[in-house]
Amino acid sequence: MTIPLPPSGGGAVSAETAPGTPGAAGPGTSDEDRGVSLWRGAFRRLRRNPTAIVGAVIVLAFILVALLAPLLTGYEPGAAQDAGEITPSSVPGPSEDHWLGLDSFGSDLWTQLVYGARQSLIYGVVSTAIGLAVGTAMGALAGGFGAVGGRVGQWVDTAVMRVVDIWLSIPSLLLAVSIAAILTQSAYAVMIAIGAAQVPIFARLLRGSMLAQGRSDYVLAASALGLRKRRIVMSHVLPNSVGPTIVQATLNLATAIIEVAALSYLGLGTADPAVAEWGRMLVAAQDRFDESPQLAIYPGVAIAITALGFTLFGEALREALDPRTRR
Amino acid sequence: MGLSRKVRLATVGLAAGAVILTGCAESERDSSSGGGGEGDGGGTFRFAASAEPVSLDPFFASDGESFRVSRQIFEGLVGVEPGTADPAPTGLATEWESSEDGLTHTFTLREGVTFHDGSEFNADAVCFNFDRWYNMPESSQVESLAYYYGALFGGFATGDNADKAIYDSCETNGDTEATITLTQPFSGFIAALSLPAFAMQSPTALQEFQDDGAENPTTTEYATAEPSGTGPFQLEEWNQGTDVRLTAYDDYWGEPSTIDEAVVVPIAEPRGRADALRADEIDGYDLVGPADIGGLEDEGYQVVNRDPFNVLYLGFNQAKAPFDDIKVRQAIAYAIDKEEVVSASLPEGSEVAIEFMPPSVSGWADDVETYDYDPDRARQLLEEAGVAGDTIQFNYPTDVSRPYMPSPEDTFNVIRTQLEEVGLDIEPVADRWDPDYLNKIQGSENHGIHLLGWTGDYNDTDNFIGQFFGSEKPEWGFNDPQLFQGLSEARQEPSVDDAAPLYEDLNREVMELLPGVPLAHPVPSLAFGPGVSGYEASPVQDEVWNTVTLD
Amino acid sequence: MLRFVLRRLGLLVPVLIGLSVLLFAWVRALPGDPARALLGERATPEAVERVRAAYGFDDPLWQQYFRYVGSLLRGDFGASVRDGRPVVDTFLEKFPATAELGIAALLIAVIVGVPLGYLAARNQGRALDTFVVSGSLLGVATPVFFLAILLKLVFSTWLGWLPSSLRQDVTIDATHITNFYVLDGILTREWDAAINAVAHLVLPSIALATIPLAIIVRITRASVAEVMNEDFVRTAESKGLSAGVVSRRHVLRNALLPVVTTIGLQAGLLFSGAVLTETVFGLQGIGQYLFESIGRRDYPVLQGYILFIAIIYSLINLLVDLAYGVIDPRVRVS
Repeated sequence: MTIPLPPSGGGAVSAETAPGTPGAAGPGTSDEDRGVSLWRGAFRRLRRNPTAIVGAVIVLAFILVALLAPLLTGYEPGAAQDAGEITPSSVPGPSEDHWLGLDSFGSDLWTQLVYGARQSLIYGVVSTAIGLAVGTAMGALAGGFGAVGGRVGQWVDTAVMRVVDIWLSIPSLLLAVSIAAILTQSAYAVMIAIGAAQVPIFARLLRGSMLAQGRSDYVLAASALGLRKRRIVMSHVLPNSVGPTIVQATLNLATAIIEVAALSYLGLGTADPAVAEWGRMLVAAQDRFDESPQLAIYPGVAIAITALGFTLFGEALREALDPRTRR
Repeated sequence: MGLSRKVRLATVGLAAGAVILTGCAESERDSSSGGGGEGDGGGTFRFAASAEPVSLDPFFASDGESFRVSRQIFEGLVGVEPGTADPAPTGLATEWESSEDGLTHTFTLREGVTFHDGSEFNADAVCFNFDRWYNMPESSQVESLAYYYGALFGGFATGDNADKAIYDSCETNGDTEATITLTQPFSGFIAALSLPAFAMQSPTALQEFQDDGAENPTTTEYATAEPSGTGPFQLEEWNQGTDVRLTAYDDYWGEPSTIDEAVVVPIAEPRGRADALRADEIDGYDLVGPADIGGLEDEGYQVVNRDPFNVLYLGFNQAKAPFDDIKVRQAIAYAIDKEEVVSASLPEGSEVAIEFMPPSVSGWADDVETYDYDPDRARQLLEEAGVAGDTIQFNYPTDVSRPYMPSPEDTFNVIRTQLEEVGLDIEPVADRWDPDYLNKIQGSENHGIHLLGWTGDYNDTDNFIGQFFGSEKPEWGFNDPQLFQGLSEARQEPSVDDAAPLYEDLNREVMELLPGVPLAHPVPSLAFGPGVSGYEASPVQDEVWNTVTLD
Repeated sequence: MLRFVLRRLGLLVPVLIGLSVLLFAWVRALPGDPARALLGERATPEAVERVRAAYGFDDPLWQQYFRYVGSLLRGDFGASVRDGRPVVDTFLEKFPATAELGIAALLIAVIVGVPLGYLAARNQGRALDTFVVSGSLLGVATPVFFLAILLKLVFSTWLGWLPSSLRQDVTIDATHITNFYVLDGILTREWDAAINAVAHLVLPSIALATIPLAIIVRITRASVAEVMNEDFVRTAESKGLSAGVVSRRHVLRNALLPVVTTIGLQAGLLFSGAVLTETVFGLQGIGQYLFESIGRRDYPVLQGYILFIAIIYSLINLLVDLAYGVIDPRVRVS
């Protein structure tokens, strides 16, 4: 009994393989059939896909804001320079000095938003990198041994995947919460917690696509030609399985940014309440929703748009890399 | 009887405290509340608490939510003067006399009182209760069950602290008089009896349904379904996980309840409780978030403040440099603008604190060192101590709102800014309140300056500064046998009046030592729909709902 | 079929044993212990020691572990440290709240998501398609609790259309048999109670439904599009069968497979969203309780609840696999 395993497992990711977007049904010429040009072809298809362009623009803008934050504002993040002007039920709105007003801790709201992009980028990239590193290591182990086959191969595959199953059966947020609880409140704890929740996704994905590759015609052909199985796995199966993993990583960046906010919402964010971090800002503002809804809406929308950007770009990348769209 | 002292009837608080809701404040909304409660009397009072009760046998409870429900069902020998924290003969004893040496206390009991199970309240019932507490099986003496008895009565008949037990015996004199004898005086004895944990419970119901020796006496039939007291409400049903339903007790000796039924539902988030009130799903709730107060008032809801009976402070850990240096402690005290802390992070009506207890507690001294805001002085002291520009660790809790600390993140942030102003560098360290923060502050030396506080259980000085500074604690990191001794002696004075001058001296001494900076007495608030009237707020939360009416 | 079910249930055993060890190690790795959480601000070091001793938390770890396993084998999952109530009792009391919410959310996601995805696939490249796809992406990108707060503000606080907290009006003293309030209302024929419980479910389940809805839309769209390109569909169309017959008889049936898998996966993922949704809407479900229990270091509750959740999760996956066999006869053969 075989079930097509969707490479999904967490939050915003899906098992979609959407073929045939109009712009992508283009050339199917000979040079594309060679593996080397897979990426070149993908890039060409990306350029013609409006979804990809919108996603890329959002992602680029986000990265630029994150990098250039100091140039975009004259204030320090988390400075709380006007803490005295805040009262429990009122926050000063836009003024000459602060064009979006202050946040609930007395810092400049615009500054916080801009520097928040930087925090989100760091959190997203680091936590996804953690999930990617551990997850692909496990997936490659299981998938590699599984593709090589034999009794030992099967055994290793089963053992690793059993661990992944257990890992998956613990709800990801719960896992993140408990890791954050063990490591106490700090930025590292948040990153590790979110990264850990992504591990099984990557592990399953890589293993699944390696096993699928292992059964594909070219591998069968290669082994019929007498190539050693280990060699086939290392030099063909693994490289060809990387594409979906990269797509997944892009999508997981979106999830990670949202999960940081969720951890903050549950009171497990970074130690400094005035830190410029969107999730933290959103949480601090929700008590003041009636009086000053802008405090929650700006960071909330910022999270949504950024996550949307990464999702759009990731989906477009997936379509572009999918060999079936080259028909 | 010239040797005896009549009960001190407190009238002090009456003028100041008794906040009684008056009718409909200009309401902009229609009141469709109350589930059929129309006109005078009747109806269901829907109240949102922050959590479920733990136990309906109040002896095995120490949390506010259990006490909230048990105050409706049970009454103690000693009541509380409405609107104050002072003990008063409004409970099941109409008067009491204490001997000069503070060892015997004779209570005259109210007559014609019956428990909800129909049995009679009399002197035998009183002695039954006192003896039950004292003779608790060892398995139920642990602090997670019988916290208040262990803390206030020293110990039990058996167990580790049997030699420290201050209870000796209870004797009846006819049906209406009971005399309690102690082995040593305890100045807070009468006030302590106003705690819900020491409420009178029906001996017959206890014998039938409660098992004090059970593995967990909070899950017995008595503690979940059959509690029986003398209060204006009796338990209809506790649907665990959903609500507690109470109905008016027809044979109540006092003012009968106007409402027919009261339902208490748990909603954890302050924000969620506010929304439930707005959506008319509840008639009132406790622990209003500071940010909601203004909005609710504008929309025509009633916000009712309790007189603050608490203190919020910034503690120093003297086990860690540089806080062992009095100059550093003073510098930090001078650097803090308490007025700004109050206006920027605490609900309106909160007061600045100058010592570790509110002014309404006896033993409060008006002439302690106050360390008024003086940033220049602070900078100079830091310079002298050689720590100007140093980094200090500042601990605060997240994910918590206590009555004395409604929004710790905001308070932390204001103080942090002020300390940075005088040239200190702050390293923020946040922990989740439950249990990481308390673990770190009270159970380890791994903390610097920290935010914490306390809400008084009843009017007793020892319940404040004795609680804080009565022994060596990791929270403060100092060992001052002289102070510990002084507090212990004051506690053992025979009466409150004897203890007061001692406590005043101790308060002065504490503020010289400056183990922490008392910041404020934040006002805790309740909120109600426009149709609710007659809710009497109490600083010690002695709020009984028989006076509540619904439109 | 039966053999398959039994084998799958057999595979569950080692997973559960592994999980019980992991869980035990994990909860003990949390810093702090229940004693201080129980006592709060009042805890003195001596009191904490006595409470630890009373609950056996100061025994050697291996002793605690064998005691835990021993009681598990007797079917005893222990009792909450906070209030002494058996873990099984509180789970049966709170799980229905979460399950009801999750089922409602999944229903919304499927009922709305499958047709939307189908329509989008049938109208590929047109405005409807773009709208549905971008809407679903935005749904995935919005933090659940942010959406929940917005929904509550608009539909409850401002418009007053729907209740925003609790599971049922407190004035309705409904009879509860299963603790699934809607079901209880139907069973007892207390129709007002059932309708009231449904009204209370609307906002939280919409908030919780967004992510699964978005994912189901996209999966359906993708797999319908793929099936439509298959030869047999083209054949059917060229045979002159009407579009409706083709879509019912061929496209939908074949396109449903990945959708069913996704629904199974979502059931597990819903839990994370449920913690947040329950918190925002003040529902007494297992999500919120479990989260609070981590704070309280309530070891028995943590161990028991997560074990139950893992079992339920595995059973859902089993059901999904069985559903596969029903939809696709080919799977049954192999």
